[in-house]
Amino acid sequence: MTAVQEKPKAAAPSGPPPRRRGKRATALAGTDKLVLALMLGIPTFVHLLFVWIPTLGSVALSFSRWNGIGGFEDIEWIGVGNYVEIFTEYPRFWPAVQHNLIWLAFLLVVPTAAGLLLAVLLDRELKFSRVYQSALYMPMVLSLALVGFIWQLIYTPDGGLLNSVLGLDEPVDWIGDSDINLYAVLVAAAWRHTGYIMLLYLAGLKSVDPALKEAASLDGASASQTFFRVTFPVMKPVNIVVAVVTVIEALRAFDIVYVINKGRNGLELLSVLVTDNIIGEASRIGRGSAVAVILLTISLGVIIPYLYQVFSKENRT
Amino acid sequence: MTATLERPTAPVKKSRPVTPARIALHVFLVLTCLMTLTPLLWAVYASLRTYDDTSVNGYFSIAKALTFENFAKAWEIGDLPHFYWNTFLITVPALIITLVLSSMVAFAVSRFSFKFNIALLMLFTAGNLLPQQVIVTPLWRLYRLIELPAWMSESESLIDSPLGVILIHIAFQMGFCTFVLSNYMKTIPYELTEAARVDGASVFRQYWQLTLPLCRPVLAALATLEFTWIYNDFLWALVLIQDGDKMPVTSALQNLRGTFFTDNNLIAAGSLLVALPTLVVFFVLQRQFVGGLTLGSTKG
Repeated sequence: MTAVQEKPKAAAPSGPPPRRRGKRATALAGTDKLVLALMLGIPTFVHLLFVWIPTLGSVALSFSRWNGIGGFEDIEWIGVGNYVEIFTEYPRFWPAVQHNLIWLAFLLVVPTAAGLLLAVLLDRELKFSRVYQSALYMPMVLSLALVGFIWQLIYTPDGGLLNSVLGLDEPVDWIGDSDINLYAVLVAAAWRHTGYIMLLYLAGLKSVDPALKEAASLDGASASQTFFRVTFPVMKPVNIVVAVVTVIEALRAFDIVYVINKGRNGLELLSVLVTDNIIGEASRIGRGSAVAVILLTISLGVIIPYLYQVFSKENRT
Repeated sequence: MTATLERPTAPVKKSRPVTPARIALHVFLVLTCLMTLTPLLWAVYASLRTYDDTSVNGYFSIAKALTFENFAKAWEIGDLPHFYWNTFLITVPALIITLVLSSMVAFAVSRFSFKFNIALLMLFTAGNLLPQQVIVTPLWRLYRLIELPAWMSESESLIDSPLGVILIHIAFQMGFCTFVLSNYMKTIPYELTEAARVDGASVFRQYWQLTLPLCRPVLAALATLEFTWIYNDFLWALVLIQDGDKMPVTSALQNLRGTFFTDNNLIAAGSLLVALPTLVVFFVLQRQFVGGLTLGSTKG
């Protein structure tokens, strides 16, 4: 991947002298300055207003008690009360944390392994490779909400595909049984996620310098040694992207459980606890915001290292 | 970067000898693909059968007759044309404005050097990675605060208005597009805009007439991706639109189930109809779709 990207840099030694990026030969004219300011200013304003201001809003509201309907004068500031309540009393919180963690672990293991395996198998001269890839990518274009609808036809106890194929005397209620429904939903989510991971790894494998593999095999490394000792470590940037994408996907998970049973009965997730306060029966903006801040904290835990990894290279050029 | 967008044009090799390992590989891949397609094929099969047939014989049986009746019924009862139109009104403006705004930012940060360039790019990239739930509650309240004239929004505020959904799509998706576009623009030789400037081209001309046409492949890839993502949105519309009549089609599917809870065949038909536009885009523009996702991940 890096190899594909950094073409201009690779050409630098033999080519013309390094570009004088940033050193302006001529000063910008007045109108040009204004145009540039608008080109940067308008999008940044929109982004800040609708993404980052609400994020800070969530942080602020997490220290309050408010029903969200009344005016701002009804806001009652209660310090860390919401957090204390969430950690000690709120019955749906710990199950939701547990489900999110299972979601994350499942997505990190199953689609990643399957996607990597399929990418390795497809990364060669192969007849029908395009056909295989199309079929495997297809679930990716469906929304998670639709995935929920489609998989219910498989899981339903009255004549669903899975129960019919298994042919059990007593049909299993894959969606209704709170002990197993999380895993049933995860299989459906993984079904959609695998194609994406495969795509990322396939692009990663293509960018690995063939000379590396050649050198390894000349040195007598077996195919699997070459893969695990050479190819896989070289793909570190892809591995990081896969990890980030998967963590964020696990934290965002919402649509699929919402269409199945509105995130109840074994399918509670942190995202559901937040949304319930504005579209569900609970209307406790403070508590919902505190859960949102917990989500924010976890996601910053992967976003910041990712930004560091991506942009530290930028500084060096 | 360009290389990943182009169809790999590997020279046609002489056919390889057929080895058992090769056959095993193909068998494995065919089975995996079939398993991947099963849920969709199963939905197609269910959608083509009548309620009477499946309620007597169950779904796991040979169909008595196949019919498109369910599609016609879902189309009519679900009022799908109306909801497709709602989606169209949200998706098209959101898509175009997102690409315009993010290409402006990308152009400015990749062609000119400001102290805050990297900080700005980080802000956009990070914003795109946030889980939507982190911002949804204050956004919902903010939307109720912002008042609009009646000609802009029937509800006279951003809540319950397609405009509000369009705005959050723009603000949110801009992060990804800016990231991808700025990476792409950095690969365009700097000398090109330099020469244009020496010739007296204004900043806007350098952007609109010089840089954007060169970005056509990546803009096509992003348009394909963003279409799918905005079309597939469920959460924003669910939260920010309260009037069920104004929902886009993906969120409206939820209403559809309430209406005919028992008729799975009808739900299958409705689901497939809703999936159809994205499936068509995927088949027609698969190269762009895959290229866009690859670009988004290839940095570093």
